[in-house]
Amino acid sequence: MKDWRYRLSEHRGTLLAFVFFILMFVIYASNHPAGFTANVVQTAANKGVLLALVAVAQTFVVLTAGIDLSVGMVFVLTNCLASAIVVGSPAMVGLGIVGVLLTGLICGAINGAIVIYGRLQPIVTTIATGAVYFGIALAMRPVPGGDVDSDLSDALTGRLFGVLPVSLIALFVVVLVIWVPFRRSAIGRATYAVGSSEVAAYMSGVPVQAAKFFAYVLSGLIASMAGLFLTFITASGEASAANGGSYTLYSIAAVVLGGVSLFGGSGSAIGAIFGALMFRTIGDLLFVFDLDPLWQPLFQGVVLLAAVCLGSVRLFQIRNRLDLFE
Amino acid sequence: MNTRAGALWRKVDPAVATAFGCIVLLLFLGSLYSSSFLSPEYLLQQLKVASFLGVIATGMMLVILLGQIDLSVPWVVAVGGMMSTAATGWGPTGEAFAIPFGILCGVALGFANGFGVAYLRIPSMIITLAVNAVAQGLMVVHTGGFSPQDSSSAAMRFIATGHTLLGVPNALLVWAVVGGATVFLLSRTTFGRAIYGIGNRERAAYLSGIRTQRVVLLTFAIAGGLSAFGGVLLAGYASKAAQAMGDAYLLPSIAAVVLGGASILGGRGSYIGTIAGVILITLLQSILSVVQIEEAGRQVIYGAVIIAMLLLYGREKVAR
Amino acid sequence: MASPAVPLFSMDGVSKRYGGVKALEKANLTVEAAQIHAILGENGAGKSTLIKIMSGVVAPDEGRMLLDGREIQFASPAAANQAGIVCIFQELSLVPDLSVADNICISNPPKRFGLIDRRAQRRIAEEALARAGAQDIHPMAPVKDLPLSRRQMVEIAKALARNPRVLILDEATSALTAADVAKVFVVLKRLRAEGLALLYISHRMHEIAELADQCTVFRNGRNVATYRAGTKSDDEVVELMIGREYSHVFPPKQALAPSAKPPVLEVRHLSWLDRLKDISLSVRAGEVVGLGGLDGQGQRELLLALFGVLRGVSGEILIDGERASVSSPSAAKAKKIGMALIPEDRKTEGLMLPMSVSVNLSFAALDRISSGGIVDRAKERQLIDEMIELLAIRTAGTDIPVGSLSGGNQQKVVIAKWLMVKPRIILLNDPTRGIDVGTKAEIYQLLRKLAATGAAIIFYSTDYDELIGCCDRVLVLYDGAVKRVLVGDEITERALISSALNMSAQSEGADMASATSA
Repeated sequence: MKDWRYRLSEHRGTLLAFVFFILMFVIYASNHPAGFTANVVQTAANKGVLLALVAVAQTFVVLTAGIDLSVGMVFVLTNCLASAIVVGSPAMVGLGIVGVLLTGLICGAINGAIVIYGRLQPIVTTIATGAVYFGIALAMRPVPGGDVDSDLSDALTGRLFGVLPVSLIALFVVVLVIWVPFRRSAIGRATYAVGSSEVAAYMSGVPVQAAKFFAYVLSGLIASMAGLFLTFITASGEASAANGGSYTLYSIAAVVLGGVSLFGGSGSAIGAIFGALMFRTIGDLLFVFDLDPLWQPLFQGVVLLAAVCLGSVRLFQIRNRLDLFE
Repeated sequence: MNTRAGALWRKVDPAVATAFGCIVLLLFLGSLYSSSFLSPEYLLQQLKVASFLGVIATGMMLVILLGQIDLSVPWVVAVGGMMSTAATGWGPTGEAFAIPFGILCGVALGFANGFGVAYLRIPSMIITLAVNAVAQGLMVVHTGGFSPQDSSSAAMRFIATGHTLLGVPNALLVWAVVGGATVFLLSRTTFGRAIYGIGNRERAAYLSGIRTQRVVLLTFAIAGGLSAFGGVLLAGYASKAAQAMGDAYLLPSIAAVVLGGASILGGRGSYIGTIAGVILITLLQSILSVVQIEEAGRQVIYGAVIIAMLLLYGREKVAR
Repeated sequence: MASPAVPLFSMDGVSKRYGGVKALEKANLTVEAAQIHAILGENGAGKSTLIKIMSGVVAPDEGRMLLDGREIQFASPAAANQAGIVCIFQELSLVPDLSVADNICISNPPKRFGLIDRRAQRRIAEEALARAGAQDIHPMAPVKDLPLSRRQMVEIAKALARNPRVLILDEATSALTAADVAKVFVVLKRLRAEGLALLYISHRMHEIAELADQCTVFRNGRNVATYRAGTKSDDEVVELMIGREYSHVFPPKQALAPSAKPPVLEVRHLSWLDRLKDISLSVRAGEVVGLGGLDGQGQRELLLALFGVLRGVSGEILIDGERASVSSPSAAKAKKIGMALIPEDRKTEGLMLPMSVSVNLSFAALDRISSGGIVDRAKERQLIDEMIELLAIRTAGTDIPVGSLSGGNQQKVVIAKWLMVKPRIILLNDPTRGIDVGTKAEIYQLLRKLAATGAAIIFYSTDYDELIGCCDRVLVLYDGAVKRVLVGDEITERALISSALNMSAQSEGADMASATSA
């Protein structure tokens, strides 16, 4: 009888993010000068999916109560790499994609290894590894350029049956193939447990280190998917520090908006996806209402600020001030 | 005598000693490449360049001692540079108040950070990112997205590029004053003690009757002011402010503090370490560019050196 | 099943050191199947280390453990569970963000096609909850939403779901309501009948009397006696636990001279949420007032409320007969009020362990030794030296980290730190927990000395003997309210225990075990 209630409260953050996104998207689409057309959806989807993937990557690490400030740089690095190796014969393209994904995976593994086995703090570690990843990207693409297989690019950034953006389907597949099994696997459960309370998890015999490491590796892998997808959209690679930095920042924003707890242990990648789509829509709303694009960064900043402050409402319920210092 | 030297030696943090050792090593390697690395002119020039990072890293250090972090450095630096040059453009009164105005804008942003961390209990990593975004948004609106045309005031140029007695750069003197004040603050005042106490264990500090929230708020405000002051100096150095002028200071300022032996978890670290970290980073940067390593290589070496040094002495203790 | 000759579990000459401190020294223990084996001992006697070694949380330095006569070694708690040794920890091992069912199946969830089978998991959880007598808990409820007593029941269910052969309960009933305790006892007796070996750690003598078949007493890291339950009197057991006569350690109490002055601290009708209920008390200068009762009946909250830590406290606080508002620790320690709180946990609340002894000592008194925010170092130095001498703090210097001192000396630093403020009202929250007997005695002397110089002292202790030996009056709390006030000679162990269990004064002599099922 009460089951559905528990289920509802478990997914409350995700559902809220979903509802807010739909609300904003309706406002966006109904006010768009071109109307709610397949084109509008396609453009919005492609931009949204990029951030959504990076946000999913961030989610894995945040669930362990860590943070990945290198996620944007992995995204940039794999973009530069993809613009060099995902070209040529189908076999070459295939190998190139594997290479790109493997690179992301290795970046995640390096982060994880340093944090877990090197016992350094995630913030400092990922700031430093982020610099390394960016340096490699810059070495690869001192100036923007490169190319990507155009058939694949057209297919993945286009539409299916003339209406459905393929990028959304791709995102859906990623969720289905990676997130859903992760969420329901023992190691996924372990990741949540570690993020919620590392001591309790250890006491309960949960493989603490393996769970964390796995989360970092998956994070790197998904970030490389985002890099690959960016290459398909722009058909070039660019080692842009600004891009890497802002995607890192936005991924954290998306995760927060998507109801994932920054203290670890609760939330879902699906929430983060809607958080990302919502964040993108907020940015685009300004265009629709014909406001000066100059105001966009400020608007996004204020929305982000408001969103993170909203989480503090719980403080009013605290009756023992010592609880503030846990 | 012997025991006193021993006591002194025990007081030296191995991390700080390592950092100073690395500075000597870098200079030695540099002098193999070119003897000019040991010339007074080169060293003074390096110290001058280091002063900008030094001022910014001072604020970062205070925040890190609290066990927090300030990721709003990039755009608070830019705010300091842009608002001080903007004030200069407002006429003689504006020009006279250019420096304090720039710093004050940084203090305001620092207050926002501190309020979020101390009273709203938002993780500093998040609130400072958000404030950074807001600061960026404000500056984009203010400048129209282009580099501002206003140039810096004569006073700003004087403190950033001028020399006074014996050819010592003014910027270095500024850093010396800021550093001296910080050392005094940390070692001699109740405020400094409170910062260390909160960084070690906020709960215990609170139960000792320290007004922890106020201390955190003020510390972030000071850090914001110092970041903005760094921006003022940079604008004076380059004669004008620029978009993204602060981007290159976030990682180095954190790295300098951490390489100087401060714990990123808070409560442990000395200013002498931060000085060593700042000089180390500046020298590393300078030598890498003199021996003509590209930006790409510099980034990789940066990151790798930081990780390597932290693995040497910055690891957390094992729980078990 | 093991043959009768070979015990189910035994431990032979096991030792464990933390730094220089011997937590366990050549301990021996034999646990038989189908028995409830109680472990008794003071705090710091080595009980918790024993449990941690048995359940694979820490590795022993030397000695061996046998299960069914075969030598075993555990690399982790998981390995111990695998072997059939499961522990219910005092600090809860539940993951707050996961559901009850997730927690029950956390270490070995049922799987289908490689993924967690939620339906099977739910079935297991329901069965385990039923076995623990906690069918009222919904398996899908998140653990963080459950009250402490429910969580403890989940913890028991979680342990049962692992099908243990040896089940260790470490103070497992301390957070439970009387009704739950009764349920748990039924469960434990059934498990014993099923052939499990149960290791039961509790400070509650009556629980042990009701449950245990066998008892082992630990003292200073060694097992000092093993006997069949019921063959020793309470007094004998206490003597075994503390190792000597207890009465000598307490200094004599001075009679309080009558005075017309208003009490230094008076509290009227203090309430907070549902944890403190209409508490009134007063403490005069030179008086030591004890707080008694079972652990967790609101004593800590009362001290925190007085010290300005809690929000939304109703009622009046009067200092020297005048109303005062204490809204924060910094207001509490201000000269006008002059209150000090020796907190519960010195490691997280009292000290900053990595910082030096001197920094810790002067930390609370910074405003007393500074002007304009600048610390007067000469004055600081002088006060620190005075305090080190006054409390006889044994330290190799004042620049070494306070964390390197022994527990007893750390606790002295906490007390000294607050004495530097020259407080008139001193609140102590179980200040002798986990420290050696010698230091305890010094602390008792100090309390009396402070009282003699006019301080008003409120002293919460979980140790009844301390309340008896130190206090002029004792308020016994039960469920957030003052149940009884004992004055002077009324403060006896019997009176303390019976009022702690909320038995009426008439039934004081009745069998205490019956109180638990009430």
